[in-house]
Amino acid sequence: MDKKKKYQGRMHGLQRELMERWYRKLHEIYEQDRKEAVYIMISGNPVELIRAFDMEPVYPEINALQLAIRKQALPALLKAEEMGYSTDNCNYVKADVGMFFMNSPTSLGTRIPKPALILCNFVGCNTYIKWFEHLAEYTGSPLYMLDIPFMRHEEPTQDDINYVVNQLKEIIEILENITGRKFDIDKLREIVRKAKIMEELWAKVKDLAKAKPAPFDAYFDSTTMMGPLYVYRGTDDGIRFFEEAIKEFEEKIEKGIGTVPEEKFRVVVEGPPPYPYFRVMRDLLAKWGAVAVQSTYSTVGGIWEFGFRHDENDPLKAIALHMITANLPNRNYLQRYEQIRRYIKEWHADALIIHGVKSCRLFSCGQGDMREFFIQEIGVPTLYIESDLEDPRYFSPAQMQNRIDAFFEALEHKKAISKV
Amino acid sequence: MNNQIIVCGIDVGSTQTKGVLLNDKKEIIEKVLIPTGANVQKAAENAFRELLKKTGFNKSDINFIVGTGYGRYKVTFGDTQITEISCHAKGAHFVFPNTRTVIDMGGQDTKAIRVGEKGEVIDFAMNDKCAAGTGRFLAACADVADCSIDEIGPLSLKGEKPSRLTSVCTVFVESEIMSYLAKGEKLENILAGVHRAIAARTVSLVRRVGVVHEVTFTGGVSRNIGMVKALEEKLGVKLNVSPLSHYMGAIGAALFALERALGREV
Repeated sequence: MDKKKKYQGRMHGLQRELMERWYRKLHEIYEQDRKEAVYIMISGNPVELIRAFDMEPVYPEINALQLAIRKQALPALLKAEEMGYSTDNCNYVKADVGMFFMNSPTSLGTRIPKPALILCNFVGCNTYIKWFEHLAEYTGSPLYMLDIPFMRHEEPTQDDINYVVNQLKEIIEILENITGRKFDIDKLREIVRKAKIMEELWAKVKDLAKAKPAPFDAYFDSTTMMGPLYVYRGTDDGIRFFEEAIKEFEEKIEKGIGTVPEEKFRVVVEGPPPYPYFRVMRDLLAKWGAVAVQSTYSTVGGIWEFGFRHDENDPLKAIALHMITANLPNRNYLQRYEQIRRYIKEWHADALIIHGVKSCRLFSCGQGDMREFFIQEIGVPTLYIESDLEDPRYFSPAQMQNRIDAFFEALEHKKAISKV
Repeated sequence: MNNQIIVCGIDVGSTQTKGVLLNDKKEIIEKVLIPTGANVQKAAENAFRELLKKTGFNKSDINFIVGTGYGRYKVTFGDTQITEISCHAKGAHFVFPNTRTVIDMGGQDTKAIRVGEKGEVIDFAMNDKCAAGTGRFLAACADVADCSIDEIGPLSLKGEKPSRLTSVCTVFVESEIMSYLAKGEKLENILAGVHRAIAARTVSLVRRVGVVHEVTFTGGVSRNIGMVKALEEKLGVKLNVSPLSHYMGAIGAALFALERALGREV
């Protein structure tokens, strides 16, 4: 059997098609030197607003991770280090900057257009401010710093919301100047309405992983689905993608087909994946019949499984609320704990796996305490592993396997004992 | 040619390969220890051959073989592989039945393992991709101090004023030791400092899984009396150490092999 295809279904094929089309579209903008690219960040992204001006989003993070997953990241990282970026710096930043200065094409051989606007919608990460400032300096493009107040309480204050909505209005003015087009609120409403449909479908997808066996892996396959979720949110293509995914997964549930021959352990995963070893990591877990039924990483761009939806009746407020309240990085740690606790309970998970990222202390700090909290307070077996989301040098296959094997050996033993 | 059940555990560590033969009375019939060297598969085969040679058994006399250690997948003649984390827990529990915490210090890594009443793994923590605080670290220090690896432990006990080492990086500690030597500091004090530094690092690892009595020290470094004392001082508890400590992984592997051969827990 072709090993590469072992985990892949129709959804993967459709995802590849959509992502390649997006890259080709960006290439076209590059070739014709059109001012249509807006660089934004994944976390709590306001892609709907960009689409309302017929602009294309460019996610430097996606370019960086695509490079890593295709095992092409190291030369770009070394290039950035050679320029003076510290080895400890965020490796997304280094891969992106390295790629820019190597003037290398994307992993698909296409080119990324110059930004018409660099929109730093930073939530939860101050390194990204510097990243986008550097990009603005290197490309000479205008930069807008969209400041999102962090979730300090359970709910945002009215001032928080007004603050973000006012910034969105400023961005609208900037986009009007760049495109020479008037902002059309009805067009935005329509995009937001489609985004809402897509969010409903995505929430349904996530719900399907409650089935035993789960029809997809909510860490690895969810990462695949995150591409269309961010790039195509608010479009018919995006809606079609998730409708197809649901069809495929429902068929699998009906036939009792999971992602591994025998689902033995249901796990929740916290933290971004080790992209340079994406496949290796999946094999290491699959060997034990371990399947992710939920993951926090799949919510960096938005948390929709607990009910949040964009509302077309007040689109700017909806975008502001999404950016402040409904994405993982902008929420506080207690909210993250609660999210994981619900995942474990409602998705019937046996264990929690935390993947710490060496070059992202913002995502990873506090994970030691998190591990203790879930072991001691919640009583969930928790494995902490560490590598990187971009840099292959931080991944030690033998050590990683040792940790994973030992963890599941112990879990298997516990299961065996509890049956006696 | 014989009716008794004989099982084998082979622990292929980064530095040394250990092999143990066990009978169904859980008695250790034979044990061997050889350097691993560059060819991991050869090391596993040699250890096994040595065991057979010493006991006069044939391969067909061995009912079950479990490979463990970082080279466990190179124990190609084995029946299955189990991580050294599970094996050290099982081995330590076998030799010291009240063991609840295991500190395994090997050539390339250090592990802290919380163990249940039956010798099962409850939790574990290990060092990252870095040799600081491992056997390799001690070997590097021994080299700079111009001592053999067996000498540094006893020597460190004579140090009355342990030197303060600011770094626990295997590379940087060498230059620190050299600068102490250049200043005329007593070798005993420097070595006492080295052992203290590793103990401090190890204790932080152990605290991640919790220090629960009794604590058993396993792995090659457990033969180093200086390390035993430094750890005892830092942890404030007495450590279980045995001449078999070095073989704990192989013993655990052999016990798993026995369970598989008998089809029940032992």
